[in-house]
Amino acid sequence: MLTENRLAEQFAPLTPHEALVEANRCVYCYDAPCARACPTHIDIPGFIKKIATDNLKGSARTILESNLIGATCARVCPVQELCEGACVLNSEQKPISIGRLQRHAMDYLYDNGVAVFPPAPPTGVKVAVIGAGPAGLSCAGELARRGHTVVVFEKRHLAGGLSTHGIIALREPVQVALAEVEMIASLGVRIVEGVEVGRDLSPAQLRSDFDAVFVAAGLAGTPALDIPGEEHIIDGLEYIETSKLNPAVLPQGRTVLVIGAGNTAIDCATIARRTGAERVTMVYRRTEREMSAYPHEYRFIRNEGVGFEWLARPVAVRAMDGTVTALECARSHDSTQTFSLPADLVIKAIGQKKTSIAGLLGLETERGFIRVGEDLQTSVAGVYAGGDCVRVKGAASTVMAAQDGKIAAAAIHAKVSHG
Amino acid sequence: MADLSVDFAGIRSPNPFWLASAPPANSGAQVHRAFEQGWGGAVWKTIGAPVLNVSNRYGAWHYGPLKMLAINNVELISDRPLETNLREIREVKRAWPDRAVIVSAMVESTPEAWRDIVRRIEDTGADGIELNYGCPHGMSERGMGAAVGQVPEYCEQITRWVTEAAKFPVIVKLTPNITNVVLPARAALAGGAHALSLINTVNSICGIDLDTLEINPSIGGKGGHGGYAGPAVKPIALNMLAAVAGDETVSKSAVPISGMGGITTWRDAAEFLLLGATSLQVCTAAMHYGFRIVEDLCDGLSNWMDSKGFASLADLRGKSLARISEFKDFDLSFRAVARIDEKRCIRCNLCYVACNDTAHQCIDRIELQPRVRESDCVGCRLCYNVCPVENCIEMVELPSGRESVTWDQLSKSQPEVTSDWDAMKKYRQDKGIEIH
Repeated sequence: MLTENRLAEQFAPLTPHEALVEANRCVYCYDAPCARACPTHIDIPGFIKKIATDNLKGSARTILESNLIGATCARVCPVQELCEGACVLNSEQKPISIGRLQRHAMDYLYDNGVAVFPPAPPTGVKVAVIGAGPAGLSCAGELARRGHTVVVFEKRHLAGGLSTHGIIALREPVQVALAEVEMIASLGVRIVEGVEVGRDLSPAQLRSDFDAVFVAAGLAGTPALDIPGEEHIIDGLEYIETSKLNPAVLPQGRTVLVIGAGNTAIDCATIARRTGAERVTMVYRRTEREMSAYPHEYRFIRNEGVGFEWLARPVAVRAMDGTVTALECARSHDSTQTFSLPADLVIKAIGQKKTSIAGLLGLETERGFIRVGEDLQTSVAGVYAGGDCVRVKGAASTVMAAQDGKIAAAAIHAKVSHG
Repeated sequence: MADLSVDFAGIRSPNPFWLASAPPANSGAQVHRAFEQGWGGAVWKTIGAPVLNVSNRYGAWHYGPLKMLAINNVELISDRPLETNLREIREVKRAWPDRAVIVSAMVESTPEAWRDIVRRIEDTGADGIELNYGCPHGMSERGMGAAVGQVPEYCEQITRWVTEAAKFPVIVKLTPNITNVVLPARAALAGGAHALSLINTVNSICGIDLDTLEINPSIGGKGGHGGYAGPAVKPIALNMLAAVAGDETVSKSAVPISGMGGITTWRDAAEFLLLGATSLQVCTAAMHYGFRIVEDLCDGLSNWMDSKGFASLADLRGKSLARISEFKDFDLSFRAVARIDEKRCIRCNLCYVACNDTAHQCIDRIELQPRVRESDCVGCRLCYNVCPVENCIEMVELPSGRESVTWDQLSKSQPEVTSDWDAMKKYRQDKGIEIH
């Protein structure tokens, strides 16, 4: 049974009064630790003060000045690890709900169609952005605000990248991601969907038609486990995408296994549980200690009634007449010890492969990620890269992608302005 | 348990908390209910000349999520017929002989009108009359209320008409909308008043509606000044109370004072008592939360008095009055500095930015930790005031190493120092006073 509302956005928006009370709780720190903890350095006390004075347009603008992907970040940022984790009120009382206040300001903007940035005089400089995810949109918007002509090439039919396709609707509904895309487009950015570099557009043409290129292609599908019966396993990212864009055809299972223990795996388990699975178990080859999911996500999924099978390495999928019946596993530390987990749906969410874009553009890589310098320029002059496709170190996140877009835009702008 | 009973110019009540002459004391039913919940007395909403009221008569000032830091109103005196009020006053007093029932009145400024109203109020059995010389709106346009209270001569004249006619105590209620509140207080005494009460409401405009640009609240598109009351006026009321209670003429006369203006909790009440009030009147807090607040007003005051060893209100009345001083008598050698408890500090740095931008630039930030440079700290206390953490910043008294001296003493002993900058500079040098 598909209960669509069980995947509806988890938190209700703050009412104006709730927002006012919360905003007034903020002590308005000087050189605030929350702003320092934000990878995009949003002036958090500044935007909160503006909520307190009922200047929501100014509040939203303050957020966008530092982070054009503010509506997504308000929902998906691991605030416990970042701004809210740094809030001075952690010491005595609850930290300020910064994420939800940010959402309050951003919702005002998108619910009311308010524009905050005036068009910039055109410079004639042309920049191509590959990929319309958070990094690409952030970079494109930042460049457009400086008057540059930006075309974003997106291979999918909808822009927004993981915000649109890969983040469970519980945390970010599709409409939020698309409103953000529309705002970026309103800055003068042209977003061309359904165009893939190498398939529909040659790298040579890209270099000849544009003064600079920003590669924000993200990552590709889930890698293979190389086990018998793998063709029966559902790709976790595709599973989330279907749940958001085409929930009527979402694969159903009564007993679901999710291979992996990262944040995407948790999203898959959540969807399975909330769309009717009776038992959902996450299968992870290591232990609780090594899992890459955020602690708050782990707590969340525990409360959803999802089980864990630690130290389990999948070795084969069993199926009968095309229907999955079980996942055969071995103990990670002892491959002679095998066991069978019954299942009628197996999903894998064990990270993502690299895309072929680096090869196509002749960019140097490091462990498969595009190699970039401080200013995010690649090994090829005029070609910059950011977002998940360069995240050789640290955790990939929307807010880091947004910051990459900003850094690259500043570097591109400096380069085209001063040679 | 402390004795909270009051004898106010012969008017007795079991506790000092009276409903002020205002909407909460507008009818017999309300006053009955208030007495049932423990109020010691009530000053009936002003009766007198015929009036008509308007809608949207109460405005308020909200501060962030805090509602009603103050209320502002253009409600006039009672709009219920005189006979109805007089009948209900009689009924209430008969039902509640131990409570203070005082009637506020305001009539046309003629001796006949005042004599008539005094007689009719005395007929009800009420304990006293309060002359409303304070109402700042509406009635003042008709030559009553503040129009009387702002002119000491009128104040004295009318008070005399009343005191000559009255057999019960006459309380004169003072307006704060005057430069020196002591002058009408003395005038009331000259007119024979048996007691004073203060403050009435303060002239105010609560705000403007930024959508319509109308005055807020809008009375059919118009608006105007109204009487301001509630927590926000408390410091103004305390100052005026201290000025009146500390005045020589007033204190020699020994007339009691009924204090009011923003009393919300027993703590506020205690402060009014310490500055010389004998009874207390409350309006806005009751309008915000209902009559039930009287329970904690009495309970909290009584517990505090027990903890301090005050057996009765007389023990504490005016206890802080002697500490009210003028600047010229402050000890110029008194020195305090701010000290930050780094274990409590949450590093919000509000103290740092306040000191650096707007005070005396003596807090440094070491890493992220604000730290006071004590040698430069003038002890202004701004950081202490802005710090959001309880007991984090303390004002520590330090020996200044200088002899005590007041400005008054200095200007007598070394007049050149207090009148000439060069002499002042030399004086500072000699005393080691450095101002960075």
